[in-house]
Amino acid sequence: MNLSKLMLAASATAILAAGASADTLRWARAGDALTLDPHAQNEGPTSALAHQIMEPLVMRDMTGAMVPALATEWGPSADNPNVWTFKLREGVKFHDGADFDSADVVFSLNRAMTKDSDYKELLASVKEVRATGKYTVEIETDGPNPIMPNNLTNMFMMDQDWAEANNAVKVQDYEGGEDTFAAKNANGTGPYRLVSREPDVKTVLAVNDSYWGKGEFPMEVTEIVYTPIQNASTRVAALLSGEVDFIQDVPVQDLNRVSSTDGLDVRTAPQNRVIFFGMNQGDADLKSDNIDGKNPLADVRVRQAMSMAINRDAIKQVVMRGQSAPAGMISPPFVNGWDKAMDGSSATDVEAAKALMTEAGYGDGFSITLNCPNDRYINDEAICQASVGMLAQIGVKVNLDAKPKAQHFPLINNLETDFYMLGWGVPTYDSEYIFNFLVHSKGEKYGSWNGTRFGNGDLDAKIEGLASETNLAARDAKIGEIWQVVQDEQLYIPIHHQVLNWGMASNVGTGVAPDDTAKFKYFTLN
Amino acid sequence: MLAYIVRRAFQSFVVLLVVGLVAFSMFRFVGDPIDNMLGQERTQADIERLRGELGLDLPFPVQYFKFLQGAAQGNFGVSYRQGRPVSTIIKERAPATLELALVSGVLAITVGIGLGVFTAIRRRGFAANAIMTISLVGVSLPTFLIGILLIYVFSVELNLLPSFGRGETVMIGGWSTGFLTASGLKALILPAITLGLYQMTLIMRLVRSEMLEVLRADYIRFARARGLNDRVINFRHALKNTLVPVITITGLQLGSIIAFAIITETVFQWPGVGLLFINAIQFVDIPVMAAYLMLISVMFVSINLIVDLLYYAIDPRLRTEGKTT
Repeated sequence: MNLSKLMLAASATAILAAGASADTLRWARAGDALTLDPHAQNEGPTSALAHQIMEPLVMRDMTGAMVPALATEWGPSADNPNVWTFKLREGVKFHDGADFDSADVVFSLNRAMTKDSDYKELLASVKEVRATGKYTVEIETDGPNPIMPNNLTNMFMMDQDWAEANNAVKVQDYEGGEDTFAAKNANGTGPYRLVSREPDVKTVLAVNDSYWGKGEFPMEVTEIVYTPIQNASTRVAALLSGEVDFIQDVPVQDLNRVSSTDGLDVRTAPQNRVIFFGMNQGDADLKSDNIDGKNPLADVRVRQAMSMAINRDAIKQVVMRGQSAPAGMISPPFVNGWDKAMDGSSATDVEAAKALMTEAGYGDGFSITLNCPNDRYINDEAICQASVGMLAQIGVKVNLDAKPKAQHFPLINNLETDFYMLGWGVPTYDSEYIFNFLVHSKGEKYGSWNGTRFGNGDLDAKIEGLASETNLAARDAKIGEIWQVVQDEQLYIPIHHQVLNWGMASNVGTGVAPDDTAKFKYFTLN
Repeated sequence: MLAYIVRRAFQSFVVLLVVGLVAFSMFRFVGDPIDNMLGQERTQADIERLRGELGLDLPFPVQYFKFLQGAAQGNFGVSYRQGRPVSTIIKERAPATLELALVSGVLAITVGIGLGVFTAIRRRGFAANAIMTISLVGVSLPTFLIGILLIYVFSVELNLLPSFGRGETVMIGGWSTGFLTASGLKALILPAITLGLYQMTLIMRLVRSEMLEVLRADYIRFARARGLNDRVINFRHALKNTLVPVITITGLQLGSIIAFAIITETVFQWPGVGLLFINAIQFVDIPVMAAYLMLISVMFVSINLIVDLLYYAIDPRLRTEGKTT
């Protein structure tokens, strides 16, 4: 084929593509999915792409409510409280035409529990997954687990035969050095099938015509072209110039620019992510402060004073340009256990804070280093900078140390920071998840994100007990008690709940999902 | 001659080893890849296990040795971020960067030399002075700002050119090219200008000052006195004699066009190795960072080696020195 013929062919395909573009949605966000292997990475953009192609048993819709996906009914078994029964949707086919049945569920969940899976922690309590019929599955846990379905909303189903035929039984691992088939290919039951993919460049999906939910969901988008655009200005420029139809993560400084443009909209909703400061309150002495032999943060009055000194409304207005909701507890509002009174409890009172400092014996203040990420949360470094000034009002002299996330998070994990910023999202929509990682004392299995050195044996026992408390009312009461301790101890200094901004062409119809995961089968175009 | 080449090649090899060593000792300051790899729901036990599996708990000379061992066999390991072999990823990404570098290199050389000659010949003219002034912008404005300005003007306001990506590409063998489609060519324009602007102004100013010098030389005056026409004097006699230093500089700049495409690629979401490297840094993808830095140093070392060998061929003094020793 000579050059001019090639060019002709290429321009012909370009024209064809343009002709079909009526139902194409061009989607951009900052990052690309890391892999197509559904169990290898538990990470936002990765599961967002997987959600278009593959499906879990139960999923969250665009409002965050739990809805049936590949399971139609589920509930704890009547005779054994340790068993959850799932009734599967019948007549569902994978994209390659294979039937979906209970063997695939058993295979997929077992795969998600292997050591290289990123989802094994969510299934840590599972003892056995068994098929009790072609379309029924039982999951047995090592004790009653009242929120089992909450852990399954990102647990995607694969076809067993496909995985076996393509050497994809194992979750991709970094040691092997081999390209795994499942990292580059996908065969799901989802509303869209994979057409082509170049990692970090472009992924094309086309609507699955034999999808079980056709007719039930709008499914007006028939083709999705997904391009990661890392640079925020370029991403916004691509939306403004009409090269993409839908972008996630619009920078707050560009919101006005986008919403004031004809034909473009910004839609906003509270995100499932809360931003807060953690404090080392367990050590006898702090390395980064100027007080010898004592730890000022060990005194609850100091922690309360610091919280009172932070003016969350000012941060919202000045740093976040109105795009945040001040927080009083480290739980997003959608989560079971969230309490309106607690979340509204963070009032700014500099005078009272000063009095508390004096009472605690730190009337002259102290100095401390605040570790802050600069590429993880919305305006993270600016929030820290604003807090430095606010804490100075009560005599706490803060040295700000802002670093990229790859250097910031190890400080928390290795207990090398005394005062740090952290953000937290709750995929299970239940407080237990927060307690397990942030409140339970740090150990092998629990508390892996707890950098406060706080530990309370009774509280730990209470948190571990939540996993097997089947009486939901009693469980909620316990959750309330644990939150009360967290609040009374001022374990963390909550700052705010992040707000999500999605920018899109005005003809795109969708709400904003609190987990920042767009599910395109719900989208309408007009 | 042979002894000289062997000696130079050996020196280059040592340089590569040192670059690798420095790079590896830096990686510990970039951060810890474990967090990115494991996600939010990981326990302390997972962290220990993965660190052991990846060999991150080994002392860094051992890590470096293992890397060299693999690299000597052409195996750069598996990307932590993508879970695919680094050599495959780099092969996929290299065409984008090389095509961009080629276009901006050609652009920089042709426009740079053209404008350089023009401003030298018409050095008192209004146009020449205007070009000189504007060229200051090219030298002084940072690349990302130029890129964003171009996007703002040509994509957002005028809607003429794409703001990101490579457009449609065609695969020829293992090489994906954007030269064969209209959208691919359109997508090249803004990034190529952004990337080549600095080199363009550099070459232009270099050519101009060399030309001004040469035009004052005696042989040009004699040529004029002989009544040769201006075109022959300017291009056959003057320009030719200015090109020696220009070629040296251009050769070295070619390396930096490829190496410093990082910023341009980030601004335009150009899917080349520079963008790959930026992503690798953010993710602490050590195998990709190591492979990229080694490749870039191989490139610079080879360019320098070739330049050295050319000098040897051109400059007789080096040869006689070689004989006496």
